[in-house]
Amino acid sequence: MKRLIAFLFLVTSAPWCMGASENALVDSVYINLSDNASLQRGARLFVNYCLSCHSAAYMRYRRMAKDLDISEELLKENLMFAGDKPGDLMKTTMPAGYAKDWFGVVPPDLTLIARVREPDWIYTYLRSFYLDEGSPSGWNNSLFKNVAMPHVLYGLQGNQRLISKSGEDDGKPVFRLEKPGTLTPQEYDDVIRDLTNFLVYLGEPVKLDRYLIGVFVMMFLGGLLVLSYLLKKEFWKVLH
Amino acid sequence: MDDRIDNKRRRLLTNVAVAAWALGGTIAAFPFIRSMTPSARARAAGAPVAIDISRLEPGQMIKEEWRGKPVWVIRRTDAMLQKLAGLGEALADPDSERSEQPAYAKNAHRSREPEVLVLIGVCTHLGCSPTTNFAIGPASGLGDDWPGGFFCPCHGSKFDLAGRVYRNLPAPTNLVVPPYKFLNETVILVGEDDGGTA
Amino acid sequence: MIRVLNWLDERFPVRSLWNEHLAEYYAPKNFNFWYYFGSLAILVFVNQVVTGVFLTMHYKPSSEHAFASVEYIMRDVPWGWLIRYLHAVGASAFFVVIYLHMFRALLYGSHRSPRELVWILGCIIYVLLMAESFMGYLLPWGNLSYWGAQVIISLFTAIPWAGEALAEWLRGDFVVSDATLNRFFAFHVALIPLILTGLVVIHILALHVVGSNNPDGIEIKKHKNENGIPKDGIPFHPFYTVKDLFGAVVFLILFLGVVFFMPELFGLFLERANFEPANLLQTPSDIVPLWYFTPFYSILRAVTYPLFGVDAKLWGVICMGLSIGLFFVLPWLDRSPVKSIRYRGWMYKTALTLFVLSFLILGYLGLKHPQDTDLVLFSNLAWAQVFSFVYFGFFVLMPWYTKWDKTKPEPDRVTFK
Repeated sequence: MKRLIAFLFLVTSAPWCMGASENALVDSVYINLSDNASLQRGARLFVNYCLSCHSAAYMRYRRMAKDLDISEELLKENLMFAGDKPGDLMKTTMPAGYAKDWFGVVPPDLTLIARVREPDWIYTYLRSFYLDEGSPSGWNNSLFKNVAMPHVLYGLQGNQRLISKSGEDDGKPVFRLEKPGTLTPQEYDDVIRDLTNFLVYLGEPVKLDRYLIGVFVMMFLGGLLVLSYLLKKEFWKVLH
Repeated sequence: MDDRIDNKRRRLLTNVAVAAWALGGTIAAFPFIRSMTPSARARAAGAPVAIDISRLEPGQMIKEEWRGKPVWVIRRTDAMLQKLAGLGEALADPDSERSEQPAYAKNAHRSREPEVLVLIGVCTHLGCSPTTNFAIGPASGLGDDWPGGFFCPCHGSKFDLAGRVYRNLPAPTNLVVPPYKFLNETVILVGEDDGGTA
Repeated sequence: MIRVLNWLDERFPVRSLWNEHLAEYYAPKNFNFWYYFGSLAILVFVNQVVTGVFLTMHYKPSSEHAFASVEYIMRDVPWGWLIRYLHAVGASAFFVVIYLHMFRALLYGSHRSPRELVWILGCIIYVLLMAESFMGYLLPWGNLSYWGAQVIISLFTAIPWAGEALAEWLRGDFVVSDATLNRFFAFHVALIPLILTGLVVIHILALHVVGSNNPDGIEIKKHKNENGIPKDGIPFHPFYTVKDLFGAVVFLILFLGVVFFMPELFGLFLERANFEPANLLQTPSDIVPLWYFTPFYSILRAVTYPLFGVDAKLWGVICMGLSIGLFFVLPWLDRSPVKSIRYRGWMYKTALTLFVLSFLILGYLGLKHPQDTDLVLFSNLAWAQVFSFVYFGFFVLMPWYTKWDKTKPEPDRVTFK
């Protein structure tokens, strides 16, 4: 029995050592999927800014509204394009051909972006746009060099310039805010945190339910474990 | 085999274990059974359908789709409505007692407003979609006294212009009237009424 | 109940089957921890079949709809996410269980006479399982699915003359495409599971002819009582059914723990790159096979020298093939007079330790870039080459070190406290 436990510990702990591939150059973001207010703010930002060019074509409006406690009226008024139905998929209004002409690439679908990229990466990326006259869009990004996407949120963040690519001791780039946006830097960080939080939700809407169900399953199996052990002991005690 | 066997304890433990495993198995089966019920996509596709009837002329019909079934909207003329009253004898269920329709359509014309008839265009016999035959008399090819209506090509059931089935034909009940409501004078929402979404 | 059973028994040998394989199948009473994994493999197999059938109800095997249909299962199908996670994590769990099951054989000599056929059937099952999981991995049509299939099928092009044509024939196209996806689907859901089911039955039937080995590596059939029952044997049912049920619960706790709390297992079971749909123009930057293939993948990449006029690519494929193929002849390489590690000398113990170590390290290196240095001193490639030699050394030198090894005397009866 002791050897069994030691072995199980070994098996379960091994992957922990392998998964540590955190990029040191990104800022960490606090993700909290039970913070509905943050998710709602993120959803509004996502629909108003991201969904004009990007799709979330595996997700339905109604599911989002239900999970985030958004009423159907509010959903229809604020979060959906005219002509969409609550049961529809969250598709962009922009035809793919236009996007290809404008940006050179079709903007990727964002439903699963938080499962492709780490949340920290998304959080840092959306805060790392800077003015760059040399690029076609006039913008560049210190985390994603020469990205085709322009800085859509510059109205909120303002215009920043890259002062140093790895200026401080931590090797992270340094920006200077040239023209402030409608939000203070702190407020902008909070807004991006909400958006990142929402994208994590969007990547796997069932995540919180999964944890909850998992706890009940574990409790049931715990009981079954005791029972099975007693049964085995009972049968095996006659052997010697 | 051995005098140390405690048969009572053994049986008790076995029974409890069998019950626990059976319970676990039943719980585990639930997600699999549920996964076969209509998905969010199917539900979205089955959402209520708005039908614009502003350009529907008297005596004409339009076909729409709701939950993958044909929905017919017919604007009946006064002449058509008048013929409905005299058919009682020839019909299997003239008062729609055994047929499926919302309470507000359980009347002589089987509709909210007398002219506008909303039907699910699926024969109550075996699910074919009947064809329309609004011609009257010999021109219809369905007998000299045919007042206009629907004819199912599969097994020959005939329906009048309120979707009521004629006597002694395979279809047992009248064509189904789905739940619907008027959003305004010219738009009908099929699949939803004041009682809620179907 | 009894009458129904009698009616049935007159027409089908219910009772004799039950007795032969469960109630009167006498297994050694000294099975330990390592003997859980056979029944667990059956459990995972059943899980894969059941969840697979339900996934097939919603999945669309076409390059246009496959990726979206998987997300449809994850979001729109009631409980679809659970079924999909059970299947995806189940695939990895299958290999965990099978590797431990195979390791058990190496520990206690279960592959050796008279169980060579059981072992070979097991090896065939293992190879088919690799094919099954490889083809299943293409089905989500993620970017890693796509490029993984592209790379593995390209291995066949290393074969002289016929290679290119063979790869095209396998793909049904010049690149991995809709045609490839469709045929992989056919193999994955129909043909291979059918063969696997048959082989598993034969594997167990063959085992029950010769009887189970045990941690002492001695035959319990040598000592029978007056009824012809092995003195150290106990009926499989109820003793091992209750024991295996306990093992199943422990396994389910671990397995469902992963399913519910970390189904991606840090990108090892579900990789980030596979949440992007297949992109025919963009190979993922970290393209690695699934973790259960990486030891062999490491060996493939470790071969970088042409030899005897054969280029390195072909040697790589040959070595990779050999690294799996050598398992088949293991029963004839081992010349030790004893079977169990308990009575072997230091040589086999060292060799087995080195082998397991090399398997794990090669597996780790297979997840990394060859030119990087993730271990000490040398590049990953250099270490992969070193441990490839260790890996092959275990097999190639086995006839000698098992013969020279100083063994301890085997006991007459099994050790059971």
